[in-house]
Amino acid sequence: MVSMYLEMIRIRFLMMLAYRTNYYSGILIYSINIGAYYFLWTAIYSGQESLGGLTVTQMTTYVAVAWMARAFYFNNIDREIAQEIREGKVAVEMVRPYHYLTMKTMQGLGEGLFRLFFFSAPGLLIVWLVFPLDFSASGWTWFMFALSLVFSFIINTQLNLMTGLLTFFFFNNDGLIRAKRIAIDLFSGLILPISFYPGWAQTVMGYLPFQAISYIPSMIFTEAFTGQEVWSAILFQALWAALLVVPLQVLWLLAKKQLVVQGG
Amino acid sequence: MYDLSIFWHYTLQYLKTRMAYRVDLFVELMSDLLFQAVNLVFILVVFSHTPLLNGWSREEILFIYGFFLVPYAIFSAFFNIWDFNERYIVQGEMDRILTRPIHSLFQVILERMELESLFGAVTGLVIMLYAGAQLGLSVAWYDPFIFLFMVLGGACIYGGVFVCLASISFWSDSRTDIMPMMYNIANYGRYPVDIYHRVIRFVLTWILPFAFVGVYPSAYFLGREEWYGYAFLTPLVGLLFLSLSIWVWNQGVKRYRGAGN
Repeated sequence: MVSMYLEMIRIRFLMMLAYRTNYYSGILIYSINIGAYYFLWTAIYSGQESLGGLTVTQMTTYVAVAWMARAFYFNNIDREIAQEIREGKVAVEMVRPYHYLTMKTMQGLGEGLFRLFFFSAPGLLIVWLVFPLDFSASGWTWFMFALSLVFSFIINTQLNLMTGLLTFFFFNNDGLIRAKRIAIDLFSGLILPISFYPGWAQTVMGYLPFQAISYIPSMIFTEAFTGQEVWSAILFQALWAALLVVPLQVLWLLAKKQLVVQGG
Repeated sequence: MYDLSIFWHYTLQYLKTRMAYRVDLFVELMSDLLFQAVNLVFILVVFSHTPLLNGWSREEILFIYGFFLVPYAIFSAFFNIWDFNERYIVQGEMDRILTRPIHSLFQVILERMELESLFGAVTGLVIMLYAGAQLGLSVAWYDPFIFLFMVLGGACIYGGVFVCLASISFWSDSRTDIMPMMYNIANYGRYPVDIYHRVIRFVLTWILPFAFVGVYPSAYFLGREEWYGYAFLTPLVGLLFLSLSIWVWNQGVKRYRGAGN
């Protein structure tokens, strides 16, 4: 059973490897994005020591790491699920001897691992050579960052699975999928660290799972979180990862019923 | 005249299909609004920490963003060709297009229209009017006409660049992610280009002239006289890039041999 899922990761990884132009342009996309934000943020700081609890070097490092981490947790399984549902392929997938959602998660993981090794690592190297970023030397920081990145992937994937499954209930789900992506970009801390938002907005976001996706790993990596803060941040992620299982399972059970009605 | 009536028929047909799924249309409009809000939130939050961005005030940056949304809306409504390679080359739809007596690019554009994107122009105008009022900008009688020319110029620049990118598919049918990358680069034009390194500024002005879709034309309305020269080049650059892209497209069509299945 486990080896079957491992095989799914491997196959998806190899599939990604097949598109070589995609790979080069992928590195370029991330480098360009980070470059743009680098200039924007240095202009925003323009001489000020620190904003929102981050120095300018921490900020540019934050942006670089946030985009590189995105390469790992980001995947297209919401769109894939939507397509498989529309084309009716999902019915065939369901009778196969594996759990559909786990299979999708594994494919997402294969995609994420590919991007991590082939986009993030070389991209980060390029960016690090071009822009003055501050990468921590502490092994502990890297370890905690890796741990929180795993939770980023889990939470983002859970949200992706849920949005994908909603296609069972709506004919066309493209708008919702897009809205979810925008919400994640905005509330996860990808384009703006949560500490930059006004107090009331920070409070609201504290009750949402989104900051577990991007803000927490990036803050851990830039060492803007220290000591106890790191642990409570990871705990926050773990809590959401566990909590989101409930709506996901409910949605899955309802979806299976829905399929029977449609296919009748 | 004939082209216009074709356009009219496509529009009617389009509206019919859109109206059939009203909920879908509504969700799409909402997600468009959300998309515009992200950038707005970015500007607002950033300026709650700093009064000036390299000498540009919050209202000026908002004005540029508002302006940018108008040509961007026109571009998204009529040049929705980011999946051209997938749809027309890989799936072989291009063969169908080429059997018809209307220019192929015109047909592709008509088929892929997304008129609801035009709604973004309204958001843009609202943001612009708000920022303009805050800045106390005066409006001359000819300003709306200049605005129109600059907006069309900006939309043509975007259209030109993306048609050129779509044309690559005629030469190489392998899948690339250049299109999404270009969307990212296009966003650079929304901020005053003098904050970037001069190499980037040069690229944004003369090679991928996205600065003409946001900051340069806005400079005219904001009374930034040092950039007036660039501002008035906008329609010309637009015309140039659109003509260039049509030429590239025609060359590509000549070379096209079909998916061959």
